[in-house]
Amino acid sequence: MTMHAAPAISVTGLTKIFGKRKVVDSFDMEVPAGAIYGFLGPNGSGKTTTIRMMCGLLTPDAGSGTCLGFDILREQNKIKENVGYMTQRFSLYEDLTIRENLDFIARMYRLKARKARVDEALEHLGLADRAKQLAGTLSGGWKQRLALAACMIHTPSLLLLDEPTAGVDPKARRDFWDEIRALSAKGVTVLVSTHYMDEAVQCDYIAYIAYGKKLIAGPAAEIPAMIGLHTWRVTGPDISKLEADLRLEPDIGQVARFGAVLHVSGTNRDELEALVKHYQSYGTHEWVEKKSELEEAFIYLMAGTKDNFAVDTP
Amino acid sequence: MRWGFSIARFLAVLSKEFVQMRRDKITFVMMIGVPIMQLLIFGYAINSDPRHLPTLVEMGDEGPVTRAILMGMSNSTYFDFQGTVTGPEEGDRALRDGSANFVIVIPQNFERDILRGLSPDILLSADASDPAAVGGAASAMSGIVATAIAESLTGPLRFAAGAPPPVGVVVHKQYNPEGSTSINIVPGLLGVILSLTMVMITAVAIVRESEKGTMETLIATPVRPFEVMLGKILPYVVVGYVQTAVFLLASRLLFNVPFIGAPLAFFIGFNLFVIVNLALGFLISTVARSQMQAMQLSFFTLLPTILLSGFMFPFAAMPGWAQTIGSAIPATHFLRLVRKVMLKGANLADIAGDLANIALILLVISVIALRRYRQTLD
Repeated sequence: MTMHAAPAISVTGLTKIFGKRKVVDSFDMEVPAGAIYGFLGPNGSGKTTTIRMMCGLLTPDAGSGTCLGFDILREQNKIKENVGYMTQRFSLYEDLTIRENLDFIARMYRLKARKARVDEALEHLGLADRAKQLAGTLSGGWKQRLALAACMIHTPSLLLLDEPTAGVDPKARRDFWDEIRALSAKGVTVLVSTHYMDEAVQCDYIAYIAYGKKLIAGPAAEIPAMIGLHTWRVTGPDISKLEADLRLEPDIGQVARFGAVLHVSGTNRDELEALVKHYQSYGTHEWVEKKSELEEAFIYLMAGTKDNFAVDTP
Repeated sequence: MRWGFSIARFLAVLSKEFVQMRRDKITFVMMIGVPIMQLLIFGYAINSDPRHLPTLVEMGDEGPVTRAILMGMSNSTYFDFQGTVTGPEEGDRALRDGSANFVIVIPQNFERDILRGLSPDILLSADASDPAAVGGAASAMSGIVATAIAESLTGPLRFAAGAPPPVGVVVHKQYNPEGSTSINIVPGLLGVILSLTMVMITAVAIVRESEKGTMETLIATPVRPFEVMLGKILPYVVVGYVQTAVFLLASRLLFNVPFIGAPLAFFIGFNLFVIVNLALGFLISTVARSQMQAMQLSFFTLLPTILLSGFMFPFAAMPGWAQTIGSAIPATHFLRLVRKVMLKGANLADIAGDLANIALILLVISVIALRRYRQTLD
């Protein structure tokens, strides 16, 4: 049971430079074995590059670390044997059938009893009767499930999912996450990058990355406290008007709307409280302080990096 | 096993590539159809020694010598008489509007002047805006006239034919006695067809993996780059073999192109040429970002292959700089090699120089390609 003691991934100082741009800047991370680890950040923040470096697909310009106990600089081939990597866009062969695709990937890993493994995967997918259909004719949700089945065919102990649910409908996304949790329950470590909030809340741990730098990382439940975010829940009539007014207030960190409810958050508790008192004096809306959740934290981080973006790009 | 090469994985890539090739019907048909089409077009349609050119006659005189000359011209099959004209204006107009390529003018008192030993001139006006079209016919003319004179001025008129020229030239057209264009162009065509299909298909097949994103999947599996490359390229070597077999058969059956050299020399030269084209295709794949770019780059290399290799135009006739560029093209050396083996009966020793040149080009291309090739996705 040493697997659970040692982290699945442990890297320090990972850096990657493309041309003159530092895409990933001295990145440290530790992924506990068996966890679902969410890798959050806006598009182009270096998530994919970091994932690739951690599983030996890309050689970092600086830094070191291990993946499943193997050195990411020297033992890439051993890492590949034990890692399932699902790419951001569908990258199986569209002109091969579902069975041919699974069989081809199984052959890449030189699996024993290949036919049985492929049959099993098809059965599990629920595509046994469509095994001879070309993969290119599948819908987005099915393609994604096929891709997951393909990268799980060699029963890896670490699964790297790079924005697996981009462009997939909500129902398929929920099914997908049920599958991920089932795998996690079996002891598979899952590292998933996403920019969907509803996926972030499914994770045990979260790291937030922007512009190649890690901004925050830790157990998902502790993230709001780590940011130091305070939140009030507002209900009442004509909520849109209030939302527009609140957005003009300079002291408010953010206003997030969930249906007819507003979550007003900020990091400076005193300023926020003064503002709430002022609005409460109108007596039109009900203000209640609540515990900050991951949703607010996520929006806060996203908003913060948007500002970053405006400054960073000339 | 430093590389950890796995035959099983290599075979998996190979069979996958064959399945994809089979599914891509258009490309498959193109690979076999295009060579046959090119062979038929180049073999049948192109003739650098055109015959049956429309000709008009301005008859200033008439007599046995005139008739013999005109008959000789007609028999040479270079000239097709369309009719007569009555004056120079009419002849000029016909040349200008293209209804005739030649106007032959028999001067007045032609027959009488011959008998008087005045050496009268016949004027052959040619539309030389396309020199290749009229060159062969014009150069055949003096021979036709000499023969006609010798045949028509016999018996008592013998004196007017004059003395035979002091020196006779015997031309021995070796390897292609009939001067048939297809015998020259068909063997050369093999080089062009292989250049086009081998370079383009290899480049496109490799670029397709990165464009469609499937290279990312491949790289994440334990498969080694060398297994992928070999597995992807080998099916197209098979295509090259099929193309060459079809080609040799057709050139024999349709164009009667002889094959008198050593088959082994051909086989070695052909394989080396296939390899150099695959290397070039591989080099293009390291530069091109999309299948479209790979296609365009392949066509870009095709143009000098057709124009500067000696396939379309004689290599020796090109200026020095063009010959230098031409020498860097593998097809130039392969063309010489194939013509030597098929038409001139060359053996391995005769083509050693060509083989060495192709090998040198292969070395240069491989070094550049390998330097550009990176294992990991950047």
